Amino acid sequence: MSTVRLIISRRPAPLFGTAAAIPLWLAAYVLLAAASAWIARDLLGLDPASPLGVAVEFFLYDVPKILLPLTAVIFVVGIVRSFFTPERTRALLGGRREGVGNVMAASLGVVTPFCSCSAVPLFLGFVESGVPLGVTFSFLIAAPMVNEVAVVMLLELFGPRVAGLYVATGLLIAITAGLAIGRLRLERFVAEWVYQVRMGQGGLQDECLTWDDRIRYAAQAVRDILGRVWPYVVVGIAVGAAIHGWMPEDLLAGVMGRDAWWTVPAAVLLGIPMYSNAAGVIPVVQALMAKGAALGTVLAFMMSVIALSLPEMIILRRVLKWQLIAVFVAVVGTGIVLVGYLFNATI
Amino acid sequence: MAEDKAVSVKVLGAGCANCERVEALVREAAAERQIDTIIEHVRDYQSILSYGVMATPGLVVEGKVRSAGRVPGKAEIATWLAKAAEAKA
Repeated sequence: MSTVRLIISRRPAPLFGTAAAIPLWLAAYVLLAAASAWIARDLLGLDPASPLGVAVEFFLYDVPKILLPLTAVIFVVGIVRSFFTPERTRALLGGRREGVGNVMAASLGVVTPFCSCSAVPLFLGFVESGVPLGVTFSFLIAAPMVNEVAVVMLLELFGPRVAGLYVATGLLIAITAGLAIGRLRLERFVAEWVYQVRMGQGGLQDECLTWDDRIRYAAQAVRDILGRVWPYVVVGIAVGAAIHGWMPEDLLAGVMGRDAWWTVPAAVLLGIPMYSNAAGVIPVVQALMAKGAALGTVLAFMMSVIALSLPEMIILRRVLKWQLIAVFVAVVGTGIVLVGYLFNATI
Repeated sequence: MAEDKAVSVKVLGAGCANCERVEALVREAAAERQIDTIIEHVRDYQSILSYGVMATPGLVVEGKVRSAGRVPGKAEIATWLAKAAEAKA
């Protein structure tokens, strides 16, 4: 028993482990392009000009090119999130007026740890402490839409401009949709029992996280999120690579190009039943764009897949009547369609 | 061991994967340290909220919320269990 304790206490501190991981990470990132080309051309003997050669090299390069920064960013965001508990966010939003409240809720939605399985208790807690319904929705829209996985993938595959536009318009949709839902006075479409819920006192108190705790928390976030997301990244990039390699140029210009007005709403409708996260959609969307699809159409499709997901609606159905869910889909869907048109018109 | 000597543990969570993991970790920690525990998995939202917890999974040991919104480590859980068992003995 005592020997076991000794081993546990002698384990290197998380801080030390993080410091050791950084140079390894940098080396992998720097060597990536050369390594992927070497494997595809020399090791597998593929012609870099053939469709198969293009696809394999693209795949070998892009999977680590996304997973490496993803690891780093999830870790950093994990550290930031260890400072923002849902309880603190709730306290910040309680009694806040609409307007300011919506802006704050959307911003806090980005940094507060959120998983869709916590959506219901979070909703109950917000409503109980008097956070207005529209403000609560601003939070619930921003939290899944503007997340670190989507931002990193957009940054890597589309560059900083598109990533920035996505974050800005995502927040804008969350804020305005929340404002609209607040103005529509839809409180009667919240399940009655929600208003009977009383939040207990107590909760998590005197939890004082040390830096070691925060690093452990962030490391767990990396394991959790990366563990969930990597199959999507691999499949998404494989599909994207196939499109890059074999699909003829400009095939999609007619169907998903900017000339046909109906493509944006069609893309949004198509996205609702699709269940994937940013990790699976973004590589495919990038490949489609390379083949002539318009940015606005593609962005609208992506937002719809991420922000309007059936599983989350089914979870929220336990606290919201269907009318409110319908309004939610209509308001957010309209916002996404407008963003799509805006991008198609201006870029 | 008598029933009232057992440490009461409540895992708060409506059935997500992480909540199941916390429950499994509590079982392992209790078995390894040979601490008698009674584990209850609280899935009802009203009951979860009544502990003042909004982020699942939550872990309550002897009525005290020990963690919320994260999966604590097994060593951490074992420390909480041992402390509670000591206080009861």
